[in-house]
Amino acid sequence: MNALFNQIQSAWQWLSAAAHWQGPDGIPTRLLEHLEYSAFALFFAILVALPLGLFVGHSGRGGFIVASLANSLRALPTLGLVVLAAVLSTGDPTVPVLIPVALLAVAPILVNTYEGIRQVDPDLRDAAAGMGMNPWQVLLRAEIPVALPLILLGLRTAAIQVVATATVAAYAGLGGLGRYAIDGLAVSDYPQVVGGAVIVVLLAVVVQLLFVALRRLVLSPGLRNSHDRS
Amino acid sequence: MSGGEPLIRWDWIGSHAGYLAGLAGRHLYLSLIPVVFGLIVSVPLGIACTRWRWVYPPVLTSANVLYSIPSLALFLLFIPYTGLFSDLTLIIPLTLYTLSVLVPNVVDGLRQVSAPVSQAATAMGFGRLRQLLQVELPIAVPVVIAGVRIATVSSISLVSVGQLIGNGGLGVLFTDGQQRIFPTEVIVGIALTVVLAFAADAVLVTVQRLLTPWARTGRAAA
Repeated sequence: MNALFNQIQSAWQWLSAAAHWQGPDGIPTRLLEHLEYSAFALFFAILVALPLGLFVGHSGRGGFIVASLANSLRALPTLGLVVLAAVLSTGDPTVPVLIPVALLAVAPILVNTYEGIRQVDPDLRDAAAGMGMNPWQVLLRAEIPVALPLILLGLRTAAIQVVATATVAAYAGLGGLGRYAIDGLAVSDYPQVVGGAVIVVLLAVVVQLLFVALRRLVLSPGLRNSHDRS
Repeated sequence: MSGGEPLIRWDWIGSHAGYLAGLAGRHLYLSLIPVVFGLIVSVPLGIACTRWRWVYPPVLTSANVLYSIPSLALFLLFIPYTGLFSDLTLIIPLTLYTLSVLVPNVVDGLRQVSAPVSQAATAMGFGRLRQLLQVELPIAVPVVIAGVRIATVSSISLVSVGQLIGNGGLGVLFTDGQQRIFPTEVIVGIALTVVLAFAADAVLVTVQRLLTPWARTGRAAA
């Protein structure tokens, strides 16, 4: 127990040392890098997964393919994909390594968007069409608002996953917060390893809270308390 | 990557079959033990959550918060407790991750039992324990196994990250392939991980069919 206390104390010392809060290897720089990579990967994951999920959910075509695709994506090992990207690339590995990071975030967005739209009450869909809405209006004004809790859940899962995968991708040469873990392990600097891990955990918690706030902000009042598993 | 290196060197796979099988075996061990432990914890916990409703929200919230912690960071945070290179440094966090899928599925499964069914069991003189063991748990099996399938596949894919703290398994192929800039090794590692995940999933589907024979006859009659 004493050893544990020493570890916590030395990690705290690492975190609070002024030298670790400046320069190209400083915490603010690494944090900014990490946020930049995560935003980039999440953007491309959304670009692919959201329209695809909306289309499949709305048309009801290809549901089985989406479910199997998402399952296969879940089975892929993060570390293997980022290393493969780095090994196959020549020069700066940053962009190649971010491709699998984005790819792995596709599954949660795709599945939740598809499930959200699919679960919309058919009566509601009929009512919207009966009010004279065209298929686009049915999607935008009836289906998406009702499916929003699940769509947001998918986005939140994807965002947290991207933060985590980007950390692992430091092994394949990516910058960001994962550097502390990888570089610290390489030289057995455990205060740095544990200190870096603490920052990653804090970032994941902040991302989680941001999505809880976003949900409060954009969700129609009539839908609150439904789907409430967050 | 050097120009002369092909994407896959098939002869390397053939000459390393035994080595690969050993890594796959260790990989399975490291990923399945957490699912077993997770199930041992989740079933009683899920039963407690259905008996006393107030238990469920805090349990679910804790499991979800744990699940949102990035895997590498959680492994690293366990190093001071369990040590580097220890299997426990991997097994304990992975067990915690399975809870976020298994506990809700156990609870949903147990809650599925309809009122007429439990009334019939009571009328037949089933006590609480017998009702749990012979009515509620069997009815919950399909939902529980659906959770076990998700937990198993994610566990198999997550174990390779454990190689970064020296735990072995198929992740060895990734770190070694990175150091030697040898794509064959990395591709084989990815392929074997996916094969293990699909094989484990197929076994679980079979287990579910064997455990719920009534589901098959029900479907045949319908």
